[in-house]
Amino acid sequence: MKISFVINNQKVSLDVDPTMRLLDVIRNELHLTGTKEGCGEGECGACTVLMNEEPINSCLCPVINAANKNIMTIEGFRETSEYRVIADAFADRGGSQCGFCTPGMILVTYSLLKKNPHPTEEEIRFALSGNLCRCTGYQAIVDAVKVAAVKGIKL
Amino acid sequence: MKKFDTSVKKVDNEEKMAGLAIFTCDIRMDDAYFAVQVRSEKAHAKLKGIYVPKLPKDYYFISAKDIVKENVVNIIASDWPVFADKKVNYIGEAMGLIVGPDKGMCLYLASLCKGEYEELEPVFEMKNSYVHKEFTKGDVSKFKNAKKVFTEEFTTGYQEQVYLEPQAMLMYMENNQIVVKASMQCPFYIHKAIVRTLGCKESDVRVIQPAVGGAFGGKEHYPSLMAAQLATAIVKVKKPIKMFFDRKEDITYTTKRHPSKTKISAYMDAKNNIIGVKIHVGIDGGAYIGCSMVVLSRALIAATDVYTFENVDISGDAYCTNKVPSAAFRGFGSPQSIFAFELFINHLADYLKVDRMQLRMKYLVKQGDVTSTSGLFRDPIVLKELADKAMEMSDYKHKVKLYAKDKSFRGIGLSMFLHGCGFTGSGESDLIKAQLRIKKDKNGIVTFYTSQVDFGQGNRTTLKRIVSDTLEIPEDQVIYDAPDTNETLSTGPTAASRTIIIVGGLAAKAAAHLKQIWKDGEEQEIIEPYVGPSYIKWDEAKMQGDAYPGYAWGVNVVEVSVDPITYEVKIEGCWSTYDVGHAIDERILMGQADGGLAQALGWAYLEKEVAENGMFKQKTLADYSIPTTMDLPNMETELIDNPFKYGAFGAKGAGELTFVGGAPAFALALEQAIGRKVHDIPATPEYIMELLNHEN
Repeated sequence: MKISFVINNQKVSLDVDPTMRLLDVIRNELHLTGTKEGCGEGECGACTVLMNEEPINSCLCPVINAANKNIMTIEGFRETSEYRVIADAFADRGGSQCGFCTPGMILVTYSLLKKNPHPTEEEIRFALSGNLCRCTGYQAIVDAVKVAAVKGIKL
Repeated sequence: MKKFDTSVKKVDNEEKMAGLAIFTCDIRMDDAYFAVQVRSEKAHAKLKGIYVPKLPKDYYFISAKDIVKENVVNIIASDWPVFADKKVNYIGEAMGLIVGPDKGMCLYLASLCKGEYEELEPVFEMKNSYVHKEFTKGDVSKFKNAKKVFTEEFTTGYQEQVYLEPQAMLMYMENNQIVVKASMQCPFYIHKAIVRTLGCKESDVRVIQPAVGGAFGGKEHYPSLMAAQLATAIVKVKKPIKMFFDRKEDITYTTKRHPSKTKISAYMDAKNNIIGVKIHVGIDGGAYIGCSMVVLSRALIAATDVYTFENVDISGDAYCTNKVPSAAFRGFGSPQSIFAFELFINHLADYLKVDRMQLRMKYLVKQGDVTSTSGLFRDPIVLKELADKAMEMSDYKHKVKLYAKDKSFRGIGLSMFLHGCGFTGSGESDLIKAQLRIKKDKNGIVTFYTSQVDFGQGNRTTLKRIVSDTLEIPEDQVIYDAPDTNETLSTGPTAASRTIIIVGGLAAKAAAHLKQIWKDGEEQEIIEPYVGPSYIKWDEAKMQGDAYPGYAWGVNVVEVSVDPITYEVKIEGCWSTYDVGHAIDERILMGQADGGLAQALGWAYLEKEVAENGMFKQKTLADYSIPTTMDLPNMETELIDNPFKYGAFGAKGAGELTFVGGAPAFALALEQAIGRKVHDIPATPEYIMELLNHEN
């Protein structure tokens, strides 16, 4: 089945099984490997991508659900000025250790700050609660979001 | 927020944040076949044969019959077979592999394979010891003079590492070598495992480390099993092969933290002075010993925690059960025994009707004290200062009195602990024999090689910095890449909190040596061997002597509140102080501090893994839950500088230390909140309900 969508500002049309996971399409068909599989059941958030600006678990999303939507992965987002602000904040606070959860964390951070430029600590923790990290204890990531919020992502 | 004045930019920041870092599963190799394990469904049975369906073209079944030389995985005990042969000893043990071009087809074919079993009686309880160790200090015959004896038992549960990247391995042939890229901790463990099972030359195997998404001990030994299996397969299949575990396979069939059962008795004279303590630590090693004897050693050496007693009787057993083998996990046995002793000494104070902190301070270790293994605490100890600082940060003294009186279901607990850095005893000099290669080209560009893996701890950054700072050259004049066994000599495994204290010290020494002989415009190369402190003498058989080259110290304070209706626990605050010698990079150190404590708190109250008839009941991250952002509060950490003379720039180990004290601090806080004694973790709401339903 032919399915079309926009990914990282480029239109793609793919002939794929519509029940295929969006994650597999991104990684195996489009070879964008910044999106990770940590659990395959929507618990860890390592596969987070933005669909029409909203973070979703791409492991739970059949590719048909992406039809005619706008998908952003870390490969697209890293080209933006907003990415720079968030990545610098993560670097400043030590928010990335092994790095496997990091692309997902960064996309969720962007989505939060876009909707809520000055979140409270509780709002930050709530927004990131679907993304697991086993290295940092989250402290450095939460602090990084605070730093990014102070700096302000340019929208 | 802290300012990290001592920190430099992490070398892998950009690649990891931008999604550019290539993990094993990201390596593109379109012609690679897939391998899927065919696993035992029985916990204990004679294996009469294996039914394998007729395989389509290009699909293979690989089993013990295909072993080239030795059906043994090269892990310390050498008792774990590459493929089960004639007998299976746990559910999930690999009896073979299905290998072929399509992963879905491999999974389907593997599901059709069936063992032909003759069932044997399985053992799931800790009753059959396969490793026993014991040692004493002082005169334990004095125990019989005791006027009072106080005894308690403690248990701890399984813990799954939950590195975010599941186990993954890719193997292929290139330039007449077997090349391995995998999610790993110890490139040379994998290298040796392949050489041993194939009986090939060392030069026939090359191990290269890609980006690794967390490990925590879980990728210390299990990848050796995967490597031996894939190596057996590649000899027959002659194609690149990938074996990637999904999360369910990873939780269900790979190694975990040893569950433990610890019994402690204290013997008191008429004046309530402690004559001595007797401790037995039992750990559940699972079906194969693997590294359990070393885990047991560490648990026993740490069994009296940070307290000195004149007379000590310590023994322990690792037990064989028909379950997935337990193996390395941050702390390596000491979190289990220290959890028990920290609770015990507090309970003992209650029994003796004396102030808890006073009793602890009375027996607190001091510089010059004799260790439980009759070695010496040689270096300055600042534990008292660490405790004072942690109490001040957390307002401990005020809160501990307040919560003792009120019925607010709040509590605060404080733990004190140590961690021996590096391999036990003279293991660094006698077994590992690290050698570090460093070279310089005509333009003054320095390259050095270690076998240390950076799976998130930041050691790529710190080791590089140790070399550039020692040479007093800019960091961009130093090249330090991930290990490749064709280039690097073994500087040992990335384990045992040894990377900075041992390899960092070696790197500094090699760099200082190069600086001494530096000649501009010339190519120069040095191979620097590790030489341990000469005072370290250790008798492994008798467990006597200096167990570690150095010790790192810590204090954790945890404050909790308990919902009196749902029994859910909320962690309200965490305050920590550490002596890691001198912290080379404070930001990296804070990452270890926060992450270690978070993982320890998960072990203490959230992470429940239970085996029923040899099968784990929790198989996914939906039912095995690790802490999320919502489960943890802000964590405050301070360091006290106490430079160690043998570490690079005074640094000791830090990776495991930060795990050790979380569970006892949590349990002590919980005790105060609910007014009951805690003896077991994880302290789930069900456990708390049970405690509250019974009188103390």
